[in-house]
Amino acid sequence: MLINNIISLLNTSLRMAAPLILAALGGVFSERSGVINIALEGIMLISAFMAMVGSYLTGNPWIGVLAAVFFGGLVAAVHAFVSIHLKANQVVSGTAINIFAAGVTSFMLRVMFESAGQSPSVTKVKDWTLPIINDIPILGDILGKHTPFVYISLILVVFSYWLLFKTPFGLRVRSVGEHPAAADSVGINVYKIRYIAVIMSGLFAGLAGASLSIGLLDLFVENMTSGRGFIALAAMIFGKWTPQGALLAALLFGFADALQMLAQTMGLSFIPRQFLLMAPYILTILALAGVIGSANPPAADGESYEKE
Amino acid sequence: MHEDANFAVEMINITKRFPGVTANDKINFQLKKGEIHALLGENGAGKSTLMKCLYGLYQHDEGQIFINGKKVEISSPNIAIKYGIGMVHQHFMLVPPFTVAENIVLGSEPTKNFMIDRKKTVEEVNSLSKQYGLNVDSQSAVQDISVGMQQRVEILKALYRGANILILDEPTAVLTPQEVDELIDIMKSLTDEGKSIIFITHKLKEVKAIADRVTVIRNGKLIDTVYTKDTTTNELAKMMVGREVILEVDKDKAEPGEVILEAADLYAKNNRGLTALNGCSFNVHKGEILGIAGVEGNGQSELTEVLTGLRKLEKGAVKLKGKNISSFSTRDIIENGVGHIPEDRQKRGLVLEFTIFENLILGNHYKFPYAKNGKMNYNKIKASARKLIKDFDIRTPSENVMAKSLSGGNQQKVILAREFARDPDLLLAAQPTRGVDVGAIEFIHSKLIEQRDAGKAVLLISLELDEILSLCDRIAVIYEGEIVDILEQEEATEEKLGLMMAGAENDKAKGDDTDGR
Ligand SMILES: Nc1ncnc2c1ncn2[C@@H]1O[C@H](COP(=O)(O)OP(=O)(O)O)[C@@H](O)[C@H]1O
Ligand SMILES: [Mg+2]
Repeated sequence: MLINNIISLLNTSLRMAAPLILAALGGVFSERSGVINIALEGIMLISAFMAMVGSYLTGNPWIGVLAAVFFGGLVAAVHAFVSIHLKANQVVSGTAINIFAAGVTSFMLRVMFESAGQSPSVTKVKDWTLPIINDIPILGDILGKHTPFVYISLILVVFSYWLLFKTPFGLRVRSVGEHPAAADSVGINVYKIRYIAVIMSGLFAGLAGASLSIGLLDLFVENMTSGRGFIALAAMIFGKWTPQGALLAALLFGFADALQMLAQTMGLSFIPRQFLLMAPYILTILALAGVIGSANPPAADGESYEKE
Repeated sequence: MHEDANFAVEMINITKRFPGVTANDKINFQLKKGEIHALLGENGAGKSTLMKCLYGLYQHDEGQIFINGKKVEISSPNIAIKYGIGMVHQHFMLVPPFTVAENIVLGSEPTKNFMIDRKKTVEEVNSLSKQYGLNVDSQSAVQDISVGMQQRVEILKALYRGANILILDEPTAVLTPQEVDELIDIMKSLTDEGKSIIFITHKLKEVKAIADRVTVIRNGKLIDTVYTKDTTTNELAKMMVGREVILEVDKDKAEPGEVILEAADLYAKNNRGLTALNGCSFNVHKGEILGIAGVEGNGQSELTEVLTGLRKLEKGAVKLKGKNISSFSTRDIIENGVGHIPEDRQKRGLVLEFTIFENLILGNHYKFPYAKNGKMNYNKIKASARKLIKDFDIRTPSENVMAKSLSGGNQQKVILAREFARDPDLLLAAQPTRGVDVGAIEFIHSKLIEQRDAGKAVLLISLELDEILSLCDRIAVIYEGEIVDILEQEEATEEKLGLMMAGAENDKAKGDDTDGR
């Protein structure tokens, strides 16, 4: 009984963490290049909607995934243009995108399906079963069978780490986020690198959005991100702007979420669920306040770059 | 006709305009292969602008550039790098959390299987560093190494990219005298290897010590190019400033009175939370100028902030005329007789978007007769501003112009006027002449001595050793947040101070000799 509960708790943690991991990785790329991206929330929402539409129109959920990633990149490109090119305040641009996303998805939902609240059911991405691992007791129950987004997110953590810390591209992204003038003076195109990084963050957030509407569920619900984009930002900060840190933080937040769900299904109320829902934010504030090590953003995070 | 391949660089009739200023006005400049060529001029003369045109950071409006006799268009640093030009900027262009090796290869990283080839990177950096005798620690983060080493990293960065023509923009400003000597050796060995060097400076002594030829510019215009051996520092000074300059400060012996400021065992942290002041102690007397000499970043900024209540004192006590003011607010400290010339005049000294008369009243704005019953009296304020503008020779069309439209020297005079008008007992001057022209420097120096002679206590914190040596009656050397020693003016030499500033302390009387007399 207890062991079953623990297994299901960990299994759910992983499932709930996947969208956070994906979006947090997006945040890492954007902010490492010096562009604050609080539009993750809105990008996820639009992508969740487009994933549902893609699957609805073609019956193939992977087309939905492609649509989500494409639109994620597109909306991020708008944020990149406004922040990098027009040098607008990045937080304002992100907020505008978030408000726009909430409005446009609700509106389209009504136009397309004449229904408020939610879309009809669509085909969701089928779970993957890992050979061998699935047959191992306990480990197999936790890790063996999941929506592909879980595995994709874990693979992308490794990929992101490799890209950021092992390749010339990663070094350049980080240099642009720390000291753009220095990067410029050795001939690195600051604007180009930032565009690429911000659009990449959109691709990641697009995947995160798809994982909600055709991974966790099989339909789009109005405002279904419900703050996950912000929790992903919190995971990015808590993870000190590194892919591996973001992974651990997202797992922790996923765990808090799973705990809350388990407590609810078991009718336990020793901790009010609201407290567990607050956990990511409280931990992030503690991290920012320097209680848990120091959390220093990239030095040029949020600053537009003016070429001399 | 200009295609002379004996010149590494030829710049012809270069003009570069910024809104409101012509920074370079038809300047001609020629760099011979293998020479060290000084570019001399006052702050704001247009030296950096000319070199940024050469390095592709700015585009000149008129004129032509030839590299090794070939006409070129340099539209970006990338192209400059391709032509073998490297630049070490006045403000270093290094990424603090990156390692030395990463900074050197950034932008042209050696790769293997899509990844940065760390082994090769370190090997290449080490072999370059050995070849030119530029000792660096390739695996350390740049934020943890000394300023001198950071500069060597910058030079290596240029050499790694194959630079044959090196531009060094005011490279000595941040170095101790010993480090300057090392840099001179490095530059000589670079020219021995066939490199050509442009060396920007506003210090005459260095020109004589280093350069083969010198080009002087003033107010954006070319004055002349001469062989260093055919000229004297006085002649150079005259060319640079446009008139006779008195390089010596003229002052009588100090007649110090009682202690005004007592700093006892001060501890404070910097913005990164690291120890910045580490048991710093000294006294300043009435009627003397005490100088704090040291390399940038050894606690000078934090010291100023602690003394003015802008930074929290962790431990120790600040006493003003015997009264403990350690926990006073900034306003209370000012009201108790402290005047403050902050090190960053644009950030802390002035509100740039305010007019001169508004800036001149800051800090007194709530007092009678400038304010009464919560209402400002602008007639009184402007009258007082006009008087100060006259007394302090602030060059401005009127008191109504924005502070940001004044030159650096005149901005500094506004601050001086405001602080002196309060008639403080202690004057705290942090880098009062940084980035201002010679005329303003002379003026500020004479005003500081005037204050001293009027019986004020003056604390002068400066990175310019010459300034410290010529103005101060006693000189305290700060190193890693501690006063290493305090010397009388007569016993202080540039060499002695330089060694102490570099931390090579002589173990004499640490802490217990805060008065030095
Ligand atoms: N980017 C810029 N925009 C506007 N004015 C500038 C800019 N850079 C320099 N200037 C102006 O050009 C003049 C020359 O500056 P600079 O070349 O930096 O002088 P120096 O290096 O000799 O001290 C100054 O009046 C300065 O204010
Ligand atoms: Mg300059």
